[in-house]
Amino acid sequence: MTPNPGRVNVSAAAAATGGVVAGAPAGSIVPPSAGGGPWAAASRPGAPSIASMLVPLIGLALLASVPFFAGEYLQDLVVKIVILAIFALSLELLAGTTGLVSLGHAAFLGIGAYAAVLLAPKTGAGSLPVMLALSMLCAAAYALFVGALSLRTRGVYFIMVTLAFAQMAYFIFHDTKLGGGSDGIYLNVKPMLAGVLDLKDRNAFYFFALGALAVTYGLLAALLRSRFGHALAGIRVNEQRMRAAGFRTYGYKLAAFVLAGALAGLAGFLIAVRDGFVNPEMLAWQESGTVLLMLILGGLGHLRGAVLGALVFTLLKELYSSEGWVGPLAGHWQLTLGLTIIAFVATMPKGLIGLPAQLRRRPRPVEAAEDE
Amino acid sequence: MDLTTFLIQCLNAVQYGLLLFLLASGLTLIFGIMGVINLAHGSFYMLGAYLAFSLAPLFGPQFLVMLVCGALLSFVFGYLLEWAFFSYLYQRDHLQQVLMTYALILVFEEMRSILVGNDVHGVQAPAWLAGTIALGDRMTYPTYRLFASGACIVIAIGLYFVVNRTRLGMMVRAGASNRDMVRGLGIDITRLYRIVFAAGVALAALAGMIAAPLSSVYPGMGGSVLIICFVVVVIGGIGSITGALIASLMVGFVDTFGKVFFAELSGIGIYLLMAIVLIWRPEGLAKRGA
Repeated sequence: MTPNPGRVNVSAAAAATGGVVAGAPAGSIVPPSAGGGPWAAASRPGAPSIASMLVPLIGLALLASVPFFAGEYLQDLVVKIVILAIFALSLELLAGTTGLVSLGHAAFLGIGAYAAVLLAPKTGAGSLPVMLALSMLCAAAYALFVGALSLRTRGVYFIMVTLAFAQMAYFIFHDTKLGGGSDGIYLNVKPMLAGVLDLKDRNAFYFFALGALAVTYGLLAALLRSRFGHALAGIRVNEQRMRAAGFRTYGYKLAAFVLAGALAGLAGFLIAVRDGFVNPEMLAWQESGTVLLMLILGGLGHLRGAVLGALVFTLLKELYSSEGWVGPLAGHWQLTLGLTIIAFVATMPKGLIGLPAQLRRRPRPVEAAEDE
Repeated sequence: MDLTTFLIQCLNAVQYGLLLFLLASGLTLIFGIMGVINLAHGSFYMLGAYLAFSLAPLFGPQFLVMLVCGALLSFVFGYLLEWAFFSYLYQRDHLQQVLMTYALILVFEEMRSILVGNDVHGVQAPAWLAGTIALGDRMTYPTYRLFASGACIVIAIGLYFVVNRTRLGMMVRAGASNRDMVRGLGIDITRLYRIVFAAGVALAALAGMIAAPLSSVYPGMGGSVLIICFVVVVIGGIGSITGALIASLMVGFVDTFGKVFFAELSGIGIYLLMAIVLIWRPEGLAKRGA
């Protein structure tokens, strides 16, 4: 028998997150107070207030207008950011929400991408819904396998086991003939939904990717407000307490792991379709590391942080490696990017998302000093 | 596979394993005592290799002197690095430190590119180590590889002595098993951290210097070795030097013989080993009673 989703469970999760009054009736949610701790700040608890939905919606509207005024370069850059944001969001569900830091997330991205190529029909275009579902299913299946085994370990060991499984996937694609070896493999015809959407078309792909981001964000935002999301947050804060409250935490963690894998597969599908080409480097540990860094840079524990991290990281890299902006320094983008990240770490302990709160808090003593 | 080939492969495996041990012992100490997941450890290995590349012409046949000088230089470097970049990060979330070490990798790679360039270089072993030793009737084995194993063993014994027989080692061991308690007992944890970090850097650089004549010196050489080091540290159990030694030899053997028997899938071997070990013992081989 599964534990009854009664008030005890929900308030246990709620008490753990700190943003909800523990004695409140089951399922009722109190808006986060101003000083409700780091986790209470952004999108996590509380009913979806208009203000909290405004920023993502404005962002979406702005992005949707890009193809109407921007050139191809900017549009491609935005697509890149959009896909990375989906990838980062999928990891945010694990690392930020559930507290499961995975260093093997690129495996699911890569498997989704390889599935989009290897399972595509040899001639003619694949059907978009079928191919998308296959990609996500393959990634989810591998996530189920990896998650089932690796969730037995914790902390740093969990980081390393996920890395191990990702490296195995990497070497399978890299060293065997399965997907063209280290050279990678081409996708001949991009999938389409007959009469509605042909992903060959630049704008069609743009809006499809943007739609995917919106759906991912919306899905995760809804999930975090659900009982499931609260349970995951509770596991992050205190797994022991959640178990004592009657939750089978392993099942919850596994579900989160599989969902995160499937969403990473979605990002992988988008990359495969965009480039028409996949290679094993998509599964390399550096990719897993980079997406984790985007999360930390943006601010772990916030959906917006994941998107912001993907945005800022990609823009910084683009900026520092373009000669038009930084001149001869463009050849040394690693140095400038590295120093910038060091500066970020030194000055922003809560990531970019925590910056406004940090700035609001800081001026006070300064003003007081000036008054004297 | 006849006996001589087998023996040669065994020597290779031991030599590779011992080299990994030098790297992993520093990493496991930094990891276990300071709680820092140091992604830049591979860069220190690279630093050592490039040190060997630039120092070898100056020292000529005095290879051992060069090793000592290089180790001292990198110790000082590590000491300063810890002071400049890590000392204020301990109160923060661990992932912040990961971000910092990642940034350091980028900086080191670029500095290397600016200072030495992006070419692949070879480092000549000194003349007295350049020959081969006969092994059986037909096979020979390079002297330098034996020297590398020997040097690693000497360093490992030295490390064992320091960790198990000195006051500093006592603090290190205490720090590895319970960091907060050590702090509570009034030991100068700042100084301990700085020394451990610097020693880790020096060990990694030593490994790089010893490895330089075996493998060439090339850009990005730190990245590939870093992940293998983490594998070793985790198989052995974080913070355990004995565990790191056992694990690095295991990894050395699995990798070497994996390449002999399963050429195509050899890359998977050590990760499979790690997955199996961790599923069997979720906290590594050297887990002591919690």
